[in-house]
Amino acid sequence: MVAFWQSLPPLLQTWLIGLGKGTLILIWALANFAVVLMLDRKISAWIQNRLGPWRVGLWGWIQPIADLFKLFVKEFIDPNNVDRPLYLLAPFVSFLPAILVWLIIPFWNGGTAMDLDIGIIYIAAITGFDVIAVFMSGWGSDNKYSLLGSMRGAAQMISYEVTLVLSIIGVVMMAGSLRLSDIVMIQDQRGVFGWFLFPQIIGFIVYLIASLAELNRTPFDLVEAESELVAGYHTEYSGFRWGFFMVAEYVHQVGWAAIAASLFLGGWSGPSIPDVLWGLGNVLNIFGALPNPIGNAMISAGDAIAFLDQGVWAAITGMFWFVFKIYVLIFLGMWIRWTLPRVRIDQLMDLGWKFLLPVSLFNIFLTGILKYAAIQWDGLPIKLGAITIRLLGLWT
Amino acid sequence: MEQQAQEILINMGPQHPSTHGVLRLMVKLNGETVTWCQPDIGYLHRCFEKLAESKTYTQVIPYTDRTDYLSAITNETCYVEAVEKLFQGAIEVPERAQYIRVMMNELQRITSHLLALGAWAMDVGAMTPFLYCWRDREKAYSLFEQITGARQLYNYLRIGGVRNDLPEGIIGSPSDGEDKADKTLWGFVNYIESYVIPQWNGLVTNNRIFQYRTQGVGVLSAEDAVAYGASGPVLRGSGVKWDLRKNRPYLIYDRLEFDVPVGTNGDCFDRWVVRIKEMEQSCRIIKQCLEWLAENPGPVMAKVPRVLKPPKGEVYHRIEGSRGEVACYIVSDGGPNPYKVKWRSPCFTHLQLMPLLCPGHKVADVIAILGSIDIVLGEVDR
Repeated sequence: MVAFWQSLPPLLQTWLIGLGKGTLILIWALANFAVVLMLDRKISAWIQNRLGPWRVGLWGWIQPIADLFKLFVKEFIDPNNVDRPLYLLAPFVSFLPAILVWLIIPFWNGGTAMDLDIGIIYIAAITGFDVIAVFMSGWGSDNKYSLLGSMRGAAQMISYEVTLVLSIIGVVMMAGSLRLSDIVMIQDQRGVFGWFLFPQIIGFIVYLIASLAELNRTPFDLVEAESELVAGYHTEYSGFRWGFFMVAEYVHQVGWAAIAASLFLGGWSGPSIPDVLWGLGNVLNIFGALPNPIGNAMISAGDAIAFLDQGVWAAITGMFWFVFKIYVLIFLGMWIRWTLPRVRIDQLMDLGWKFLLPVSLFNIFLTGILKYAAIQWDGLPIKLGAITIRLLGLWT
Repeated sequence: MEQQAQEILINMGPQHPSTHGVLRLMVKLNGETVTWCQPDIGYLHRCFEKLAESKTYTQVIPYTDRTDYLSAITNETCYVEAVEKLFQGAIEVPERAQYIRVMMNELQRITSHLLALGAWAMDVGAMTPFLYCWRDREKAYSLFEQITGARQLYNYLRIGGVRNDLPEGIIGSPSDGEDKADKTLWGFVNYIESYVIPQWNGLVTNNRIFQYRTQGVGVLSAEDAVAYGASGPVLRGSGVKWDLRKNRPYLIYDRLEFDVPVGTNGDCFDRWVVRIKEMEQSCRIIKQCLEWLAENPGPVMAKVPRVLKPPKGEVYHRIEGSRGEVACYIVSDGGPNPYKVKWRSPCFTHLQLMPLLCPGHKVADVIAILGSIDIVLGEVDR
């Protein structure tokens, strides 16, 4: 097998590896789409005092597949007077950035499809061309509601794109790298309280708000505001092309959560099972001050399964923590979505340009100052007896 | 080359997610800004006024239910009272029936306002409050069902009283709480006061985004409100303290204690707050009615002739409905059928505010304004 593989020309190897990775990412994205769609419906039902889908499969969990199948067999209505190339292509263009984002996401330590050293810039570039799909569909549909929706979409996405990238700059300054896997690795070394969530709390909040706008989620879902614009840019779509917009929206949401988890919540970093056992044992022994049989037993149990800390097992642990963090963020987004009303377009622009942009610029300034001070004066140490507290320790 | 900005005309409705029925709003837009707005009505016309001429006085009652189908009891009250007035004192409505009418009216006002607020919240983008409003209306509807036998269109009032007395145990005791909200009237009122209204305030009224969306939007000055014939929460939101229950008391409203909440700025937010406060006042009224009803049993139907033939004459009767002044004008020629029935619907009057309120606002505000004046198309077109 290995010999056969090595006998292939290198170009073919590259292509085959790429194809394999692409397929895996596609499967991963679609699987997540089904889960997120279902979670959205279940969580909204839970918040709104309803049951949600309940009939298809156990507790209705096969519903997304039934929905997709229904959309697949539905007629695609192709109205007169549409700009056909734009109209037909738009759903697939909107799907592309949602998928491409996953290329640079580190799933576990070293588990990245394409470890670009300009990861952050890549993200900015990829999410930036989502707006093209919105505009293609809005312009191509020859519908006034679609046009209004896509005009809103263009304005909204372009203005929040700026804020989104600027809010990440703080993280880049902290990590000193644009490579996403480096950023996660540094957070892993810094430990839980060193996650960039804490020193970059302003950046995180700005990122959260801006990405809700970027994803067109409530309270910024003006692009498809159903009470004003019927369905916004995809008013005219039906069948599977409409479904593609939905798939893209949900995959995009997962992608956004994955980027946020990698940048601010430490990505795949998290304790493995032996880590947990060792930690618990140490706590029970009160850090060696009072060793007792239960604590010792825990530590030795951790030693016994220490192999779970390496290799494939480390990858699985990393994947677990990564997915967990993604879904915490997705839940947060859904919670916001089903609680808040929608803002108006002028208020959205005001919020973006007059508030979030200055705040994110200030965050860059603040991060620079604090980081410089922390390095210059070794994190401003204060000695309290034997303990040294570094006031700016977070920023070193 | 100079580019000329071009206005586009969009038709909101008759099939649009937030026109509350079948309404067509023609809106001219300059970018996102509305420059002109005109409602087009008539999609739900059902010839109520003409139909009434071929029915006997009693047979008209179910048709009144179907004008404003969200507050059926109110319409029945208006019509039934008008006919009783037509008899010039020949029909003496028992006191207990009057209390029941008032109690049902206020209960209806709560359900109607709940839906108005819920649909409005959904129009500005918050979907969850809408489903909460259904949850609470459901409780009220099961109470209505126990009292009248129907959930939405009751046909409960009769000329001379009400069809039946309250069923046993429906009043409950003042200590009933949330668990009895769909079983006893006391339980429902306590539930609304202690749970629902705080929840609405927390979820929507005090929400910053909602306040941004509604404050300063669709400002209706007191002069304009009076000039356009606005009434109900729309008029009171503009700061005019005018409530027929207080100013021209009918039924037994003059024996009850309640306040008339008014707004100050006349914007959408004030109309929202007025509705929330009116729900509180309705709870107060229902409580007083329940206390009286629990202690004073008696007949609920006056002695009326088998065939109702009011003397020749005409009558105009108006009451404070959930959405404003509901009024009814009846001409009698002495026969068993009304010679002419004219229905004044507050929603029809309020809908003509749209061209006044909308221009200059964004397209999203049109929907917020439409929600704030709370129209029921069944009543607009009748």
